[in-house]
Amino acid sequence: MPEKTVLMQGNEACSEGAIAAGCRFFAGYPITPSTEIAESMSEKLPRVGGKFIQMEDEIASISAIIGASVGGLKSMTATSGPGFSLMQEGIGYACMAEIPIVIANVMRGGPSTGLPTKTAQGDVMQARWGTHGDHFLIVLAPESVKETFYLTIKSFNLSEKYRVPVILLLDEAIGHMREKVVIPDYGDILTEDRLVPIVPPQWYKPYEITTDFVTPMAPFGSGYRYNITGLTHDEMGFPTNKESEIISKMNKLRDKIMRSTTDIVDYESLYTDDANTLVITFGSASRSAKEAVQYLRNHRRKVGFFRPITVWPFPEKQLRQIIKKVDQVYVVEMNQGQLIDEVRKVECYHKKIFGINRYDGEMITPNQIIAKIREAK
Amino acid sequence: MTQPLVLNYLRAKKQFPHVWCPGCGHGVVMGSLIRAIDKLALSKDDVVMVSGIGCSSRMTAYVDFNTLHTLHGRPIAYATGLKLARPELPVIVITGDGDATAIGGNHFIHAARRNIDLTIILMNNNIYGMTGGQVSPTTPYGGRGSTAKSGNPEHPFDISQLAIAAGASFVARTTAYHVPAMDRLIQQAFENKGFSLVEIFSQCPTYEGKWNKRGDAATMLKYYKDNAIPVTSKSKYSEEELKDKFLIGILHHTPKAEFTAEYQKIIEKYQIKEQMTQLSQQKGKNEPEASSKESESPVSED
Ligand SMILES: Cc1ncc(C[n+]2csc(CCOP(=O)(O)OP(=O)(O)O)c2C)c(N)n1
Ligand code: SF4
Ligand SMILES: [Mg+2]
Repeated sequence: MPEKTVLMQGNEACSEGAIAAGCRFFAGYPITPSTEIAESMSEKLPRVGGKFIQMEDEIASISAIIGASVGGLKSMTATSGPGFSLMQEGIGYACMAEIPIVIANVMRGGPSTGLPTKTAQGDVMQARWGTHGDHFLIVLAPESVKETFYLTIKSFNLSEKYRVPVILLLDEAIGHMREKVVIPDYGDILTEDRLVPIVPPQWYKPYEITTDFVTPMAPFGSGYRYNITGLTHDEMGFPTNKESEIISKMNKLRDKIMRSTTDIVDYESLYTDDANTLVITFGSASRSAKEAVQYLRNHRRKVGFFRPITVWPFPEKQLRQIIKKVDQVYVVEMNQGQLIDEVRKVECYHKKIFGINRYDGEMITPNQIIAKIREAK
Repeated sequence: MTQPLVLNYLRAKKQFPHVWCPGCGHGVVMGSLIRAIDKLALSKDDVVMVSGIGCSSRMTAYVDFNTLHTLHGRPIAYATGLKLARPELPVIVITGDGDATAIGGNHFIHAARRNIDLTIILMNNNIYGMTGGQVSPTTPYGGRGSTAKSGNPEHPFDISQLAIAAGASFVARTTAYHVPAMDRLIQQAFENKGFSLVEIFSQCPTYEGKWNKRGDAATMLKYYKDNAIPVTSKSKYSEEELKDKFLIGILHHTPKAEFTAEYQKIIEKYQIKEQMTQLSQQKGKNEPEASSKESESPVSED
């Protein structure tokens, strides 16, 4: 397909990106404000020989995409808060069994049924810590429709490369906003496929501890007969209670992500060279934050900007370098203050940290951010 | 004498001894399933076995297929994704009464409704074995378990009837006593293209037996023997005589359109449409695309 310029919604950009990345399986359950992803996937997938299924609930949806991924297809689901809560046990399974899957969570106001049609960023901690037990996964948060397209592709690439669930954290504002996107020729898009074993079946260890902690994954039905389980398992994929095997499995799950942060972590920083004030934000809130920073700089305030694109793993090293040079920090987010705690962990220089929050279902505005920063001095 | 047939299919060196108690019916079911697969000459490389969580679901570790041990209640949902992704592979689901009809009840009825081509081997012991003998959705009214010590105040599901009502195209019931029949029924379940359930009464002497004073495994098997009525001879009995008995055999077999095959037709429809539009685009070339030529939209929305 040649390059094309289109006006599209964030949710459409997500499904467009998924197809471009090679996604060939989608299972989902309708929920505002994510439904357009399922609707568009139900049309796009069969066109490219892929499969779509509307499941009976979100637990079934995450289960089905894990099953399809075991079958060898790049798979995804999309949901919002209540459905994302239901998916947590399955996300933990995919972490433990190292099954690549992508979950788009188009955030709305919570808790509970909350604000189905309004925007929020209240799931940023749930995305990281929603399932039980120690675990590591990747969470990406785009700030625009265009970035949604590219980060959806990146979600699949990281998921396949590291055999890990990747959560694409959108919100109602991005999901439903329309913007211009230049969709490149699919041939120009870099896609990553999971490694498959090259050793003969009798030598294959499906959870072998390799140097980079990532093990090639044989799809079912390819001649490599092995066991997959959510029980803590040994290198052959069979349940274990042996201390040494438990520790190496747990460390494998951690190290395959945390020793590759230079490859995984992505962020955006602006005007940080001379800044004495730093604005930190993510996702759709960064649109207003950027405008506020621009305005303040036009009025001779030395304000810098920092945005994690991978919210998890959090770009702590990169932020630490910047934060040590400023006097005060503002964390802009559309919740009652979640990412601010992560900033507090990074910040060990006793700087002042303030939250700028909005959680009434509306987009935070540049004016709100400007006013708060101005009142400080 | 060659080695027993089942050994060709077991991960005998690595995964044994197994977790099942002496006298448990689940191992008998495993043997039967293996014989059925052998009879059908399915390749071990192709067979996919998906299980949930429970004593019954532990089977996946022991057999040398593509085995996926999933979450409690979810094997049918995992299997649905896998089967739709790879319709050419035979997919078996191993589950228990708790796994399939309590926590996984929703997936069970919806997979039956879709008539997706899965072979469901459900070991019904009327109890939660793995967690130590709590009552399940099939514990009889008045039956006992560790969470209903003075008798179950609830009424049980009839799992086979539930599957029939939900739309399953093949439903059979048997017991751990009726082994040759079990071999045959599992084979027939495989041969049906669609949602195929074999409900197997499988004794749990450790908990179900103990709590309900049903005696040892042999006594429990004798109970199955004495109380099972082949569905084919149902007419020989009066309503009254059938009251405390249960039917075994093929309870329902009504083939109907299978889900993954139906989905394949959708793919073909879309692909034909796609080819047509590509052809017409090539003809009427140079038509500009119906995309926006608007100027950059402003960033702020407030
Ligand atoms: C979400 C969740 N809830 C509860 C459990 C605990 N649990 C494990 S097996 C089981 C019951 C299994 O019963 P059944 O499916 O009848 O299998 P059986 O052991 O009787 O063969 C329960 C409640 C669990 N593993 N996961
Ligand atoms: S507890 Fe019951 S179901 Fe579980 S292995 Fe023992 S006898 Fe079988
Ligand atoms: Mg049971």
